[in-house]
Amino acid sequence: MFGYYLDLALRSFRRNRVLTALMVLALGLGIGASITTLTVLKLLSGDPLPQKSTRLFTAEIDPLPAKGYVPGQSKPPWGNLMPYVDAMSLLRAHKAERQAVMALTQAKVTPARTGEHPFFSDAVMTTADFFAMFDAPFEYGSGWNAQDDDDRARVAVIAGFLNDKLFGGKDSVGQVIRINDHDYRIAGVLKDWSPQPRFYAVDLGGRSYGDGDGVFLPLQSARTDGMDPENVSCWETADIAHLETAPCVFVSLWVELAHASDATAYRTFLSNYVQQQISLGRFHRPEVAFPGLMEFLALEQVVPDDARLQTGLAFGFLLICIVNTVGLLLAKCLRRSREIGVRRALGATRRTIFAQFMVESGMVGIAGGLLGLVFAELGLWAIRHQPAQYAKLAHLDVSMFIVTFVIALIASLIAGLLPAWRACVVAPAPQLKSV
Amino acid sequence: MTLHPILAALKKHKAGVILITLQIALTLAIVCNAVFIISQRVDRIHRPTGLDEANLFQVNQLWVNAPTGNDQASIDKLDAMQRADVEILRQLPDVESAVAINSLPLSGNNWSGGIRLKPDQKTSTAHASFYFGGWQMVHVLGLQLIAGRDFTATDQRHRGFREKTVPPVVIVSKALADALFPNGDAVGKSIYMNNDVPPSTIIGVVARMQTPTIASWAKDFAFNTILIPARMDANFSGYAVRAKPGRLEAAMREAPRALFAANPMRVIETSGDYEDRTVHSFAEIRAYAYRADRGMAILMGVICVILLCVTGAGIVGLTSFWVGQRRKQIGIRRALGATQRDILRYFQTENLLIAGAGVVLGAILAVGLNLWLMKQFAMDRMSLAYVLVGILVLLLLGQGAVFAPARRASKVSPVEATRSV
Repeated sequence: MFGYYLDLALRSFRRNRVLTALMVLALGLGIGASITTLTVLKLLSGDPLPQKSTRLFTAEIDPLPAKGYVPGQSKPPWGNLMPYVDAMSLLRAHKAERQAVMALTQAKVTPARTGEHPFFSDAVMTTADFFAMFDAPFEYGSGWNAQDDDDRARVAVIAGFLNDKLFGGKDSVGQVIRINDHDYRIAGVLKDWSPQPRFYAVDLGGRSYGDGDGVFLPLQSARTDGMDPENVSCWETADIAHLETAPCVFVSLWVELAHASDATAYRTFLSNYVQQQISLGRFHRPEVAFPGLMEFLALEQVVPDDARLQTGLAFGFLLICIVNTVGLLLAKCLRRSREIGVRRALGATRRTIFAQFMVESGMVGIAGGLLGLVFAELGLWAIRHQPAQYAKLAHLDVSMFIVTFVIALIASLIAGLLPAWRACVVAPAPQLKSV
Repeated sequence: MTLHPILAALKKHKAGVILITLQIALTLAIVCNAVFIISQRVDRIHRPTGLDEANLFQVNQLWVNAPTGNDQASIDKLDAMQRADVEILRQLPDVESAVAINSLPLSGNNWSGGIRLKPDQKTSTAHASFYFGGWQMVHVLGLQLIAGRDFTATDQRHRGFREKTVPPVVIVSKALADALFPNGDAVGKSIYMNNDVPPSTIIGVVARMQTPTIASWAKDFAFNTILIPARMDANFSGYAVRAKPGRLEAAMREAPRALFAANPMRVIETSGDYEDRTVHSFAEIRAYAYRADRGMAILMGVICVILLCVTGAGIVGLTSFWVGQRRKQIGIRRALGATQRDILRYFQTENLLIAGAGVVLGAILAVGLNLWLMKQFAMDRMSLAYVLVGILVLLLLGQGAVFAPARRASKVSPVEATRSV
């Protein structure tokens, strides 16, 4: 029977070629636009480390002076940026499974080969646990250890793309890389690693999306060698030549807990630490925050407003396309009342008429979905050629491919419901009269 | 012609009428708001910076193995290197003028702070961005001095990047002058920048100069700027260069080459993506700063056009069906004396009724959508002119779309009435 409905549907399409094309085109455009913007939105608001994001947290404290403080109405002003002293104290307390302090910088890399100009690379100044905590995979070698941090050892981890550029992709562990006019020994080379969004960079003054960092250095070594953090905020006139002791924030602390449920205990520890600093007269505001990774991204509103606006617009567009298709399908089936009358008179039940029309609109949906897929690929291709940070990452993935078809089918079946119902309630007798 | 027969006919096609009305309403709501967003973005993209932007470009560079800049001797050394660079740039055949400056409008590299009128003032009177550079800044950037005097060579100072030295004289933008001294007598007044003492004296006012950032957090002081005649001495430096008319490309090629020839121990990137390069024409800086706004405007435009096409096609399709369905009735009317013109009018009036209902509903939706967007995305209120123009466009679109099928209907022969009866 299904085959027969398919045949009927095809015949009906052939009779109204232009109109069928119009329905499929409208549906395809709506679906294409929705999927394109949805892919971008999903990319922007995705989970950067799905395997452990529930166990990663960042600490937020408020180092501002007492002046202007309103209890209960204040919150940490710079996201998860905090003074160096506090970040290091919390790090050394070792209250979590893993913890790392970090800041971003621009590393000036001087190639060893003569005649090549120095260039800049995005760099992270951090502490030993960074790689294990954020699941950064090593191609060669490994990270450095806590002793290297304290010794201010000149060791570095570099990204695969930098290793390709400087060492032709060979195992460069033990080689020397010249960064900011100092020699660092390469301890490890990472495989491709660029969590999206680049969550740890959000408040540190870096891009939120992109190809990832090129160089990773021990924080204290890099600071000793005069590398400046990307984002520094000071709450009073500060001697920025000595940032570590200045009234400024420029590092952030991330911790990995053994279980997500340990968060309460850590938050208490953080709160106690701040209380202790208040009693010492260093701090004046007890508010702390301890958001998990995904909560942090939501708080920081990483996803640009424009992306959400575009997605909303695309769904409005899809809605209009569906309304358009419903209208056309309806008009089309009403014109076929006579055909329905004949079929009913010859013994077709309402159920079979209904099924026939659902098959027909389902076919419009599948065709619209296929076309929508083409439009989505086209749209994503256009986005990849935009100069946005995330542009290069915009690709259609399998789940989006499936979503396309589900949306198309549901849209067209909804579009077909009304016409199909109208078709099956047609009374055969009046239609036959005028034949 | 009375409306009664049209309304009676429409009653028989309730679902179709409701759907097409809904489609027109949704289209109006979305198109109005999209066009409003486009116009806002376009306005933003074309805001003048106050600079004479043609023939202007920026060179940023960084020295390798440079002095630290932490002691006076090394600051002086860095300053000498910077002055030598400016001199090299000025000597180039395709260059008209050049000046050291730490940042440019739209370039993204922002240094801003609070401005106070008294040293012990608790909160600042206004917020402003600082430009540090050579005394020829006003001339090289093509700023328009509207009050007071320009800097002279004797005003020139230089300072280490981490130093806190206060310049005795500054030039401010009119926007900042108005914010600080609403009476328009800013010239000669003293201001305190970032709590620094002693104060600096305003010696001149320029008509307009934008801050380096267009980020939303800085929109309240978008044109509050201060020009400080002090070169910033660090292991990096930036230069604004004005090429001779029509020689921009040549000058942009020459400048890095000449700088490298004088001292190869530096980083200047001239190839790659915008973000990798450190030499940019001002046109590139502008295009890059507003890239997201431009993309949004284009996307909105494309969606609007497609939406109008889909809706127009929907009206054509639906009317075609109705015409096909009513051939016999049309034939009867023709046989009873209706002219071709009457039939055409009938379908046109029918469409006007449907589209009219659609745009009324659409206007309400458009305003509602705008209110929602204002709440969700901090957008401005849409002027009703957009809705009125949108209504007109959709009514015209409806009439345009209905014309072809209506004409076909008017061509139906009266003979049809006699068929198959």
